[in-house]
Amino acid sequence: MIVAEQKSFKEIVEYLRGKYDLLIVPCMSCTAVCFAGGVQQGEELASALRIHCKMHGDGLNCTVRPVTRQCDPEFIEELTGEVAQADSILSLACGVGVQFLAERYPDKAVIPALNTSFAGGKTAPGIWEERCSLCGNCVLHVTGGICPITRCAKGLLNGPCGGSEQGRCEIDPNLPCAWQLIINRMNGLGRLEELLAFQCPKDWSTGNAGGLRRLVREDLRLK
Amino acid sequence: MAKQYPLKIIAFTCYNCAYAAADLAGSMRLSYHPAVSIVGIPCTGAVEPAVILNAFEQGIDGVFVAGCLDGECHYKTGNLHARERVRQLRGDLERIGLEPERLEMFQLSAAMGSRFAELVNEFVERIYTLGPSPVRPGLDCGGRKK
Amino acid sequence: MSGGSRLRQVLESGAFAVTCEIGPPKGALVNTLREKARLVRDYVHAANVTDCQTAVVHLSSIAAAVHLQSEGVEAVAQMTCRDRNRIAIQSDLLGAYSLGIGNLLCLTGDHQRFGNHPQAKNVFDLDSIQLVDMVRGMQDEGLFQCGEPIRAGAPQFFLGAVANPFADPFEFRVLRLEKKVNAGARFIQTQSVFDLERFRRFMEMVRARGLHHRCYILPGVSPVRSIRAVEYIRDRVPGLTIPDQIVERMRAATDPAREGVEIALELIAGLREIEGVAGVHIMAIAWEQVIPELVQRAGLGSKL
Repeated sequence: MIVAEQKSFKEIVEYLRGKYDLLIVPCMSCTAVCFAGGVQQGEELASALRIHCKMHGDGLNCTVRPVTRQCDPEFIEELTGEVAQADSILSLACGVGVQFLAERYPDKAVIPALNTSFAGGKTAPGIWEERCSLCGNCVLHVTGGICPITRCAKGLLNGPCGGSEQGRCEIDPNLPCAWQLIINRMNGLGRLEELLAFQCPKDWSTGNAGGLRRLVREDLRLK
Repeated sequence: MAKQYPLKIIAFTCYNCAYAAADLAGSMRLSYHPAVSIVGIPCTGAVEPAVILNAFEQGIDGVFVAGCLDGECHYKTGNLHARERVRQLRGDLERIGLEPERLEMFQLSAAMGSRFAELVNEFVERIYTLGPSPVRPGLDCGGRKK
Repeated sequence: MSGGSRLRQVLESGAFAVTCEIGPPKGALVNTLREKARLVRDYVHAANVTDCQTAVVHLSSIAAAVHLQSEGVEAVAQMTCRDRNRIAIQSDLLGAYSLGIGNLLCLTGDHQRFGNHPQAKNVFDLDSIQLVDMVRGMQDEGLFQCGEPIRAGAPQFFLGAVANPFADPFEFRVLRLEKKVNAGARFIQTQSVFDLERFRRFMEMVRARGLHHRCYILPGVSPVRSIRAVEYIRDRVPGLTIPDQIVERMRAATDPAREGVEIALELIAGLREIEGVAGVHIMAIAWEQVIPELVQRAGLGSKL
């Protein structure tokens, strides 16, 4: 899922200067699951903004209206009525949701309440970790199911750099060396020698270096 | 006791400890300040931050959450989660502009009736010193001044 | 077209090679760089010039290499993958070769987290092994990485890579060295050796896979001149350990700089005895002045 983190309250207040009727739109998908942009976080933010405004005498009307998935036009279409009443939208979705709202409601100011962090998952309650760089060209079959592009600080494809020490990454002793993990896994699978195979330079054109990516499935398109 | 503003304080108290302690204080005929409205809950871990913020939004002057002692939570760690949430919420209140001292977490056992009465009185005293909440319903924000 | 490598000739002749490392300046003034070059000129076969080591901005390795060569010191240019993509690397390598640089050392590069621009976006389009393979392809097949022919003259570097026998996982270090050799590395300079025992075990594994016949291995030697330097290397340089015995000797020494030289001499003597060691690579970090003494006293003589 997409993991996100709320921006600081101060930053959000700054972006809302001069706004009067705010529609706060939580997203009930990824950002709700990582406790950054769900209904509860939307309500908390609305309360905090109201308290702040009451204390500072600013007139800001906050309405909270969650959406099942902000990255889906069908769901954000449901907002049309509420959006008409607002002069600005505070989105608690990832960067995708914010942009979909901005595209659908071009005459409204759409403001992100979150920083979109990474594609990852929960490793323990309260801890999320990145797992995928969305490179568009998966190599997990050769690396024992551990992604070196994402989990190695240098994205190395041919083994660990010289900074791997006791299974830790040189840039942060709290991070495991991805290549140590890969070697352990492949060793366990009895496939260590496979790592001797040369991995040729990666084709990054399927990643974000190739510009905006678009996926077309003819079987699903409306004819 | 300091000057008597008409204060409003909400106490979210766990049935397994603080709520029972409040009950015990009553049985012991210990008086504590009537500004405190006690809300019983099954576990402090169930108190959502949005509920506390909403109380402040409504102009409440102080809120405290009272849960079990460390290791005594009937749901294992609900009290610890609550304590961490209160800690974070105090930071939030400060960023919003409200005194963080208006929010507190206490930990008690069901047997601590007199301690409960003491804590309430101390907390009320603290809120009196801070004065009434600057968030008054009169300062309602109604959106664009049309 | 230019280039050519005396380092290659020395190694191929079977002579024990000596290389050293010279850090380019953190600015455009090159008088100190040229002084260092003159200092080591008669004592080393070639001198490496680092490519923004520890991710701190320095004068470029290729430019520094040109300065060295104009002082009569054969240079080993270094190229890391951190700051350039495959387009920039190939372009710079054509440039380096055209300026007469004949030796090239390929590295992954230190992470920018350690440098003076930790906010920078890194590149790592290639890793060091892919870099070696790309250069080999340019040289042996006359092809750019994309497969297009190099029509206006392919470079011919004496191609090297690095190995760190002291990083983990130890068992994989030799496999990684083998990948570098397979990719086309002809010489290998290693991380500084302080732990001779571990290096011996590493070389045993190297010999078991016959790699010492396929590349020239030049272990690194770093003379240290203070206990502070020793502790810094031990505690702060990733993937490098110093045995307690050396730390203790440096701590007890009345003249730590002397002791540092003695330790380095012992290490060089120990390394020369190991089968498969083709030379040494002296990394006297900010202490290039010690190189002539070290080389002479190690009996490596002055330049051939």
